[in-house]
Order: sequence, then C-alpha cells, then structure tokens
Amino acid sequence: MTTDLIYAFAGIGLIGIGLYRLAVSSSALWQLVAVNVISVGVGSIMIASAYRGPSVPADPVPQAFVLTGIVVLVATTAAALCIVRRIDEMNDDHDT
Amino acid sequence: MTPDFLGLDPKSVLLLGPLLAGTLSVLFQRAAAVIGLVGMGVGLFGAVGLAVTLMEHGPMATQLAGWAPPLGIQLYADGLAVFMILMTAWIGAAVGLFTVGSWGITTSDQDTGAHVRARTYFWPLWMLLLAGLNALYLATDIFNLFVTLEIVGLTAVGLTALAGTRQSLQAALRYLIIGLVGSLMILLGVDYLYTAYGRVDLGSIQSADTSITATLALLIMLAGLAIKAAIFPLHFWMPDAHSSATVPASAILSALVVKAALYMAMRLWLAFAPPTDFLPILFGVMGAGAIFFGSFQALRTRRLKMLVAYSTVAQVGLVTLVFAATGTIEAASVWRGAVFLMLAHAIAKAAMFLAAGRLIEEMGHDRISSLRRLPAGGKPAAFAFVIAAISLVGLPPSGGFVGKWLLLDGMIAGEIWIWVSVVLISTVLSASYMLRVIGRLLRRSVLPSERQDGSANWRLGDGVALGLALVALVLGFGSYLPLNLIEIGAPFPTFTAAEPAVTYGADGADL
Repeated sequence: MTTDLIYAFAGIGLIGIGLYRLAVSSSALWQLVAVNVISVGVGSIMIASAYRGPSVPADPVPQAFVLTGIVVLVATTAAALCIVRRIDEMNDDHDT
Repeated sequence: MTPDFLGLDPKSVLLLGPLLAGTLSVLFQRAAAVIGLVGMGVGLFGAVGLAVTLMEHGPMATQLAGWAPPLGIQLYADGLAVFMILMTAWIGAAVGLFTVGSWGITTSDQDTGAHVRARTYFWPLWMLLLAGLNALYLATDIFNLFVTLEIVGLTAVGLTALAGTRQSLQAALRYLIIGLVGSLMILLGVDYLYTAYGRVDLGSIQSADTSITATLALLIMLAGLAIKAAIFPLHFWMPDAHSSATVPASAILSALVVKAALYMAMRLWLAFAPPTDFLPILFGVMGAGAIFFGSFQALRTRRLKMLVAYSTVAQVGLVTLVFAATGTIEAASVWRGAVFLMLAHAIAKAAMFLAAGRLIEEMGHDRISSLRRLPAGGKPAAFAFVIAAISLVGLPPSGGFVGKWLLLDGMIAGEIWIWVSVVLISTVLSASYMLRVIGRLLRRSVLPSERQDGSANWRLGDGVALGLALVALVLGFGSYLPLNLIEIGAPFPTFTAAEPAVTYGADGADL
C-alpha cells in the first residue's frame, strides 16, 4: 500500500516539475532536461503500478513498458541533441 | 494467414516492402530515389491487394508467428484500417512523383551539400514513415499503436529537419520535444489500461466494463494524442514545423502524419469511450477552438505556407468535432463523415502544399501579398491551388462537401445545434481565408515580359498537384466507394446495436 504509493506520488511530482520547467524555459537544453525529468516520473509511476504485494513478484509487463520507454527516450534525446548542435553551429557561422 | 493476393501476403508486403526500401536507400544513396519509388510502388501494390482481399473475404486478422492475443501480436485489417492504408499509399505515391519531378532521380554534381542531403535522406525517412503508418493502421493492441506512433513521430521530425534551415531545425526540435511529452502521456495511459484490465489488446478491453482507471487512461492518452494530432490548444508546434519543412515533407506531414494520430484517437474512443457527457463536450470545445483560432491565424498570416498550415489546424478541429457528436442517435453518420473528411482533407491538403511549393518556387518567396505578380510559370500551380481550396472549403461536388454533409446530417439528427453551427461557421471562415489567396491569383496583373508568351511550361510537379486537386474535387461523385469500404467490419457504432460492433479476432479462424 504505502511503498508503491510513495513511488506513484513521487512520479506525479516529477512530472509536475518537468512540465513546469518545460513551460517556463525557452532554452532547448533546459527543455530537453525537463522532458527527461518527466520521463523519470512516468517511469516511477509505471514501476509502482507493477507492484502486486510484499510476497508476490512484481508484474513484468509494466517493467517491459518502462524499458521500451527508456529506449525511445534515449533515441529521441540523442536526435534532439544532434539538432541542438546543428542549430548552435549555424549560430556560430552567423556570428563570425 | 491473410488470403493471398497474386501469390503474396498483402500485410507482409505493406510492412516489409517500405521497411526494406528504407534500409536499402540508406545503403545505396545514389539510387535512393529509384529505390524509394520502387518501395512506394510495392506499398501501393500491397494496399490495393489488401483492399481486394478485404472485399472478398471480409475483415482479416493475422496472428504473428501463430501466437494469439494477449500473448502474441495481432494484425487486423477492417474497412477503416484499409481505407487509411489506401489513402496513405495513393497520396504517398503522388508526393513521391512530385519529389522526383522537382529534385530529379539522381543527384547531379552541381547540387550544393544541403540540397544533396535533403534529396538523399528524404527517401529513407519517408519509407520508414510509410512502414510505420501501415503498421499503425494494422495494429490492434495499444502498446503496438504506441510503438508505431513513435516510429511515425521520429521519422516525421527527421522530415521536418531535412530542409536544413535554422527555422526548420528549430521547428523540428520543438516538434520532437513536444511530441516526446505526448509519447510519455500515451505510454502512461497504456500502463494504466494494463493495470485496469491486465491486457493491452483493444478487442478484450472493448468487451470489458469501463472503470475509473480506464477513463483516466483514455483521458491521458487522448491528451498525448491531441499533442501529436495538433488539436487546439496543443497545436502550437505544428504550423512552424509544417511550413518550414521541404515541400514534399510538408505535404506528407500535413496530409498523412496528423491523420495517424487522429486515427489512433478514433480507435481508442470507439473501443472504450465512457458514457459521460464531459469528454464529448471537451473535445467539441477543442474542435471549435481549433476552427476559430486556426482560421483567425490563417486570415492574418503573411506567408502562403503558413496559411496552408493553419488551415490544417482548423480542419483537424473540424474532424475533432466527431467526438462531440458521439452518443447521439446518428453517431454512425458522423463517424463516416469525419473519416471521409480526413480523406478529403488529406488529398486536398497534399495538393495544396505541392501547389504552394510550386508557386513559391516560381516566385522565389512566399509572401501572400505578391501573389498578384505571379510569373507565367506559376499558372498551372495556381490553378491546382484554387481547385484544392474548393474541396477544403467544402463546395459541391468535392470530397470536403460530402464529408461535411455526413457530419452535419448526423449532427442535425442528433439535434446538437451548437456543433452544427460551428461546422457551418467553419465553412465561411475557410472560404474567407482561402479567398485571400484565390482573389489575388484571379486578379493577376500581367507582367510586361510575359505578354508575348501566354502558354505556361508544365512541370511534373504541376501535374501531380493538379491531379490530386482534381481527385479531391470529383471525390464527391465516387464517395460511395470509400464509404462502402469503411463499412466492412462495421467499425462504427450504430444506435440499435448496444453491444460492441467489432469483435477483434472473432474471425481469427484463418490461423
């Protein structure tokens, strides 16, 4: 009852913090970090939902979901960082 | 297995053909355009094959590797799915032809680096996107829908960034980050649904009772999908992304990618929408907001491609109104109308973006105010643009007219007058912002240099844009064909049938 609830509420809190930061910051890197924080929150909620009681092993399916989410997130973050770098290079070209 | 079409399994062709073409076009970059064209031909073949087998055998379920749900993955083709696949294949083929027409089959030595990059990487991205779209339309479990939507989203970002300008890169970055938030929402919703039902395939969830958790899950997933489908007020990333991409990419993004998220929202809604008034009203308000805001922005923007992109915001809002009409007695008519509107919009919007691309190419810029001084080479594209606008506004006999008619028919029978008036106002608004362009095109002032040479040079791109626009215009005459197609497998609720209309896997006897 309590342990998974702590994870779930922590997850909701992280999502809230991430969404707030995403809304208020204009820098791309900040936004990217904010999205990563949101994803940690989502992951916590999902892992908490796999909890089935103290003596029962956790449900593996939500954990598989989380793994897929992590894969998607890593790929997307990498792609986003590439685009950020390209924009920065363009800014540098513009300055010189 | 699915029944064969000319000795091949259409579903495998649809999924593996574009995937293979995408991989090959990365490996052999010089022949990327040829491989892409072949891949699109294969996709078209698969789509037609699937439609033919659907007509003969009815809805088809395929269990991958013989594993039945909930353990295995099932591909399911009913009328609605095949309708979307056919739409994607034909419009995709047209856009592919346009691309070859404007960029050529092979890259020449005179091309600059950025151009070569755009030309070579367009094909792998577009092929992967096509495979993702086909897989999304065939998926029956929510998790697969999420994964395929992810493929679609990432490749769509790639297509946006392909233009290589700072504007398009920034739009792509925003699209990526906002889209990621949407994906995380959908993933969370998938997990909630799994917690509620212990399964993720739509068929079993459909037959279960709706609980609070399921409603919450639906709400979260619809929020995520509203971001991906650019439903007001979560559309803010979209006009920049769609207007700054290269012309073929804009057409694909606006005509096809947005529809994929809408399709997924429709599937989820049909599967387990709760019988409350709250969600229909919420989506009605969002749709109406999209229509008013999109039209307002389209009325005041100065750039042609921006106008076309904001028109997509308004049109997506029009389709969103279908959710507001669920639960009324003529819901089936409204659903048919919304799906038909998606087709009409996809064809007309693809035509319009391609025509706008040709106009911009001829003018050298995309300011609406200078459309009156259009060089002679822009005449065919201007013609195509005007015809596409007729369908988008919804004048008879265009496809847009039939879609709006069905939508209104159901809404009037359901006596939801407020949404009826919103649909009618949307027609006036879309006519007014389209007239900004059309009026300037019709009152063209003749340049002194073109007085002698009245005939225009036709390019392949003009032909493709005009062909698509004409199809959108006469779509109303042939509307019974797609409307009969989407009825196969009865995806939409009818008032008399209280039980769920679709039973996934009930015809899984063809194992």
